[in-house]
Amino acid sequence: MPRTVLEPRFQVEYLSILDSEGHLDAALEPKLSPDELRALYRAMILGRRLDERMVRLQRQGRLGTFAPIKGQEASQLGSVSTLRPTDWMVPSFRETAAMVWRGWPIEKLLLFFAGYVEGGQPGEGQRDLPIAVPVATQLPHAVGLAYAAQYRGEDAVVMAYFGDGATSEGDCHEALNFAGVWHVPVVFVCQNNQWAISVPLKKQTHSKTIAQKALAYGMPGIQVDGNDVLAVYAAAREAVDRARAGEGPTLIECVTYRLGVHTTADDPTKYRAEEEVKMWEQKDPLTRFTAYMRQKSLLEDGLEQQVDEEIALAVERFEATPPPDPLTMFDHLYAELPPHLVAQREELARRLREGGAPEPDAPAPTPRATPMRGQRLTRR
Amino acid sequence: MTKLNMVKALNLALFQEMERDPDVVILGEDVGVDGGVFRVTDDLQRKFGSQRVIDSPLAEAAIIGTGVGMALYGLRPVCEIQFSGFAFQCFHQIENHVARYRLRSQGRFACSMVIRMPYGGGVRALEHHTESEEQFYAHIPGLKMVIPSGPRNARALLAAAIRDPDPVVFFESKALYHAAKEEVPPESETFPIGRAQVAREGGDLTLVAYGAMLRVAREAADVLQAEDGVAAEVLDLLTISPLDRETIVASVAKTGRAVVVHEAPRSFGPGAEIAASIMEGAFLRLEAPVRRVAAHDVSFVGFAREKANVPDVARVVAAARETLAF
Repeated sequence: MPRTVLEPRFQVEYLSILDSEGHLDAALEPKLSPDELRALYRAMILGRRLDERMVRLQRQGRLGTFAPIKGQEASQLGSVSTLRPTDWMVPSFRETAAMVWRGWPIEKLLLFFAGYVEGGQPGEGQRDLPIAVPVATQLPHAVGLAYAAQYRGEDAVVMAYFGDGATSEGDCHEALNFAGVWHVPVVFVCQNNQWAISVPLKKQTHSKTIAQKALAYGMPGIQVDGNDVLAVYAAAREAVDRARAGEGPTLIECVTYRLGVHTTADDPTKYRAEEEVKMWEQKDPLTRFTAYMRQKSLLEDGLEQQVDEEIALAVERFEATPPPDPLTMFDHLYAELPPHLVAQREELARRLREGGAPEPDAPAPTPRATPMRGQRLTRR
Repeated sequence: MTKLNMVKALNLALFQEMERDPDVVILGEDVGVDGGVFRVTDDLQRKFGSQRVIDSPLAEAAIIGTGVGMALYGLRPVCEIQFSGFAFQCFHQIENHVARYRLRSQGRFACSMVIRMPYGGGVRALEHHTESEEQFYAHIPGLKMVIPSGPRNARALLAAAIRDPDPVVFFESKALYHAAKEEVPPESETFPIGRAQVAREGGDLTLVAYGAMLRVAREAADVLQAEDGVAAEVLDLLTISPLDRETIVASVAKTGRAVVVHEAPRSFGPGAEIAASIMEGAFLRLEAPVRRVAAHDVSFVGFAREKANVPDVARVVAAARETLAF
């Protein structure tokens, strides 16, 4: 009996519309109105400027450790901009630009990274999950949300973010598998930024692409130039529309690059070459999108100053936040505080009254923050 | 009134809660067509459909993780983990997310969900099928940890857990599933979570137990009454966390002596927290040190040796006598 081929040869597409040289494939260009393009461009500039400001705030000791997004603005905004407010956004921990797009006030994000739990609270009715730190664990939540949407007969779509490192986690596999079996409206957006802290993609997976993993779960997968906001938008638009039409999940791999540090407690010079960073700087998502906007005569004068002012006002509001009341640490643990916690709360209240408790940290300069996920502290 | 065993009583609770609230869904391995390996979800898929009683792929983390997503959307998932020994493959979802979503989102979201698991020994089962791990869940802030001791309270507590706004880890003793039948009222009833019950009144000594150990404690009380003329009070905790310290302390303040019984290994087990709570609340009323009768601090003994490990009536009686003689 000869061996036979069970499946036709699988194919994985790569999509690029606006390349790093500024060449545009007009046939693939998504149909975005001038207003939509201006909004996207503004969000990308804001994402970059806010990120830079946050790094400075962290260096000044006013924010704790956080994960900068520099270089990943197109991956985040090209995808998140395809959602409706009634859709769900499930972030990992490096989606600042996507979160601002979804309406998270900047000062709230600053508060979050200044160690205030209040900063993790989504707005009333906002269909965004808070930041999830343990890698890939948010992905099954996205699948559950999508199942519930389908169960309720609502046409909401769920977009879930994760990185290349997350694809090694069991939760990533389980989530993709459940999504495939249940055929639910989820769009998995993998921001493949080439580095999981110090481990490069080739040590993370022997798979040629991350997109091809989708095929094993019975869903479409596509690799896109993650620094090309038009390509990310086009792929996400297609995936979101398909999900909303009841045609199931999609995996999108955005090939991008983390131009900055993993977190502000990281020193990438220890593990990657400066030339590699320089090479990726040539592919900066902002450079080519600026050229595209210029060509369309859509560039607005003074946009950067406008954005900086918006950030400055948010920083002012952030800095005006009163010191946190330690007693509220017991709020929201349970719907109703059980007796042992009432007693512990009273004990803390007594210590605070008697002046025996240490002062809480306010947004003013604080001691150096502790690292995330195994990172050593680096003096810079 | 109908007499039901614990499996049928739990099944009745699930059926009634699903009828009452269309947001209640069940998911887990083999919970649908098969009705669960212990038949607790028997016939529910036929009655409510495969969208509400979901035969999930075989993956504990995603059973809990997708349950989290469903709960955040507003559904009331009841997740079944086939054996508590397999729950370590979803422990990160429980600790990192189920227990924390209300706090992390500052009240915007909550995981109003139930995680059911069979636990404990006494059924001649393999490794990972006989252990008692309630202490892990009782230790996690944000969770509630419930262990019923019989058909009636199992039904009432499961209904309460499904309606509870907070996540509840619900342990079901495999040894009790078919152990006894009990009158269970046909109409729906709930017991309050966080409240212990006095299963037997007495003034000489307090025996604190829960789950399958309640029967052991009751029988030990019978022996003490018959052979020593001692009136032991038996407390059935029902909820491990939040612990009903008030009822425990009130009982020991009356009796002055306490023995705590559990199947979980002794060190850092629920008995330690209970003993500490007694010290904090009734120290000056104590006539003897609080004693613990628990499994030894071994991970697994195999069912051939299980009887030498899990507390039995003789061990509880012996501990009680030492306490009384102190």
